[in-house]
Amino acid sequence: MASIQIDDKSIDFQPGQSIIQAASNAGVYIPHLCYHPEFTAHGSCRVCMVEVNGRQVSACTTEAQDGMQISHMSDDLQQTRKQVLEMLFAEGNHVCPSCEKSGACTLQSVAEYCGMLTAEFTFQYPQREIDASHEDFILDKNRCINCELCVRASRDIDGKSVFAIAGRGGQAQLIVNAVDGQLGSTDFSVQDRAASVCPVGSILPKHYGFVTPIGQRSFDLKPIEQQQVSGHEG
Amino acid sequence: MTKITIDPISRVEGHGKITLHQDENQRITQARLHISEFRGFEKFIQGRPYWEVPVMVQRLCGICPVSHHLAAAKAMDRLVGVSQLTPTAEKMRKLMHFGQVLQSHALHFFHLSSPDLLFGYDDEVRHRNIIGVIEDHPELAKQGVLLRKYGQEVVRMTAGKRIHGTGAVPGGINKHLSITERDELLKDIDQIISWSQNAVELFKTIFLRNREYHEQFALISSNMFSLVQADGALELYDGGLRARSADNALIFDQQNPEKYLDLIHEHVESWSFMKFPFIRSLGVDKGWYRVGPLARVNNCDSIDTPLAEQQRVEFKALSADGIVQYTLAYHWARLIEVLHCAESIKQLLHDPDLQGEDLLVKGDMQAVGIGVIEAPRGTLFHHYEINEDGLIKKANLIVSTTNNNQAMNESIRQVADVYLDGRELTEPLLNQLEVTVRAYDPCLSCATHALGKMPLQVDLIDHQGHTTQSLSKA
Ligand code: SF4
Repeated sequence: MASIQIDDKSIDFQPGQSIIQAASNAGVYIPHLCYHPEFTAHGSCRVCMVEVNGRQVSACTTEAQDGMQISHMSDDLQQTRKQVLEMLFAEGNHVCPSCEKSGACTLQSVAEYCGMLTAEFTFQYPQREIDASHEDFILDKNRCINCELCVRASRDIDGKSVFAIAGRGGQAQLIVNAVDGQLGSTDFSVQDRAASVCPVGSILPKHYGFVTPIGQRSFDLKPIEQQQVSGHEG
Repeated sequence: MTKITIDPISRVEGHGKITLHQDENQRITQARLHISEFRGFEKFIQGRPYWEVPVMVQRLCGICPVSHHLAAAKAMDRLVGVSQLTPTAEKMRKLMHFGQVLQSHALHFFHLSSPDLLFGYDDEVRHRNIIGVIEDHPELAKQGVLLRKYGQEVVRMTAGKRIHGTGAVPGGINKHLSITERDELLKDIDQIISWSQNAVELFKTIFLRNREYHEQFALISSNMFSLVQADGALELYDGGLRARSADNALIFDQQNPEKYLDLIHEHVESWSFMKFPFIRSLGVDKGWYRVGPLARVNNCDSIDTPLAEQQRVEFKALSADGIVQYTLAYHWARLIEVLHCAESIKQLLHDPDLQGEDLLVKGDMQAVGIGVIEAPRGTLFHHYEINEDGLIKKANLIVSTTNNNQAMNESIRQVADVYLDGRELTEPLLNQLEVTVRAYDPCLSCATHALGKMPLQVDLIDHQGHTTQSLSKA
């Protein structure tokens, strides 16, 4: 069987699998944000960068090839990841101490895993709205990291295309496909896959913050490197 | 008029200074404690979802965050249409609150005030601090540390973290107390009660040893304001509002805290960031009042735990007219409350409701929510309005220290009047002013003078605004 080598570990893979899929199947965690096994890989967050034969590539969009020598936790890679994460924190309004997603937030947990302690970039404090027009959900754009998981889930699984990303580069931001741009004007519902896919605290159920006590939140119970490998992705 | 400025009495979290205003005859006409605190919280929670608020607003304070957490949660209960929590939720919140008051009072007494009381106000700054206490009274210092730690453990087991937890949510709580947690707390509770009792006895001895001096120090005569239980007993978590006049007559009693705006108003002075609340029916000049331990222990008719009740009876006997106005008796009352908290924690720990599974109730959404609680430093008001989407439209918070604003100024004025000799600012005077402010345990870090290093700078400014004398102490 074809295999790749991730650091010291030899991993078999099925043809067509990406590096991150092969690694995940073998229980090797490669930090990531926009990748989710249920959806087409996107390659946009740049957190899953690995070194293949000395070159940095995104593990979610690069197919595994027999004999590949891969490094996934080198100092250089962790440095790159840290910088990407720092940019995300500086670019949005991520206030972990008062965010109900704290302890269950992939961004927070990946940052911790990668050793990011504080963002050294200048915080931009963007003015972003909270859309609370929907009866059951809020959409807090302050925390959105443009991972497009909700976009993909709503379009590919729910068949609704409630969300989209508009604008480019630094101007890119999540929008709601409704005439007035409000979530309350769409048919978004609690059963939608998009309702439970957001890795941060942007799409959250209304009226129910902080119901899980500290110590029992998802990353309190099991660290991200054990959760986000094959069969455990939420 | 000559203006004397003492600046800064500040450390990290707040900036404060004292200005003393004299007339031509060098008599103090006014004392002003300038404090800038809590700027902006009411503003920046605007537009946030209401259910985030109890976790968010507790960041107002690193010393008594649980009070803000619970006051906000009580307001959120109203927003979600709940007037009665489940027994488990109600008791868990009370337990959290007792833990919080215990740790906050213990911190204040043992770490911050005991150096003044044990060593005298004129003791060298280098020695008059918690390190000095550890050196000279190691057993007492240890008890202080462990009492505080115990309170923090109660908070951790009820709120999830020792500081800035998440236990209280709109309509209830998010966890009960496990049997393991209960047993862990029960293990030490008798020791905690006994140390609390020792602390009251210790303070009593110190106070009575030099009774006349302690009674006269920073003495003012004020109205007293607090929550009480329906039968008039001491209450920290929930109850009716009671105010008592300086001559011990009830001004009002058993008033619904949600109608606080009918009872008190806030007066604004251009020189202060902090407002001046007063009892409406008495007006600005006569309506200012004191809150916190002194007010609560004076205001209540009884305490529902036996050891603290015995201490209350003795405390009340201090004064012939039944109302104890001595500013330094704040410490005494505070320690009686420590004892009450310790006894109440023990009672609650034996209550099986704490292991209940019924944690949350929901009702019909309301537009306005008001929560009032007795924080360690006094009555705390949280008032919120939300829009139809559940986002905060308006918030009004009156914190404990604000309620004591005028009273602190009056006490400072009294001390300056007695101890300021003409135009000469002296170090003993600075010490006396520190001790005065600290008696109120105001929520500004200047009052904490961590490790005795509170820097004081005194400027003497003449009527034309020129500095004629500077005195500083590091
Ligand atoms: S709302 Fe959440 S899922 Fe959607 S793009 Fe933003 S971060 Fe990703």
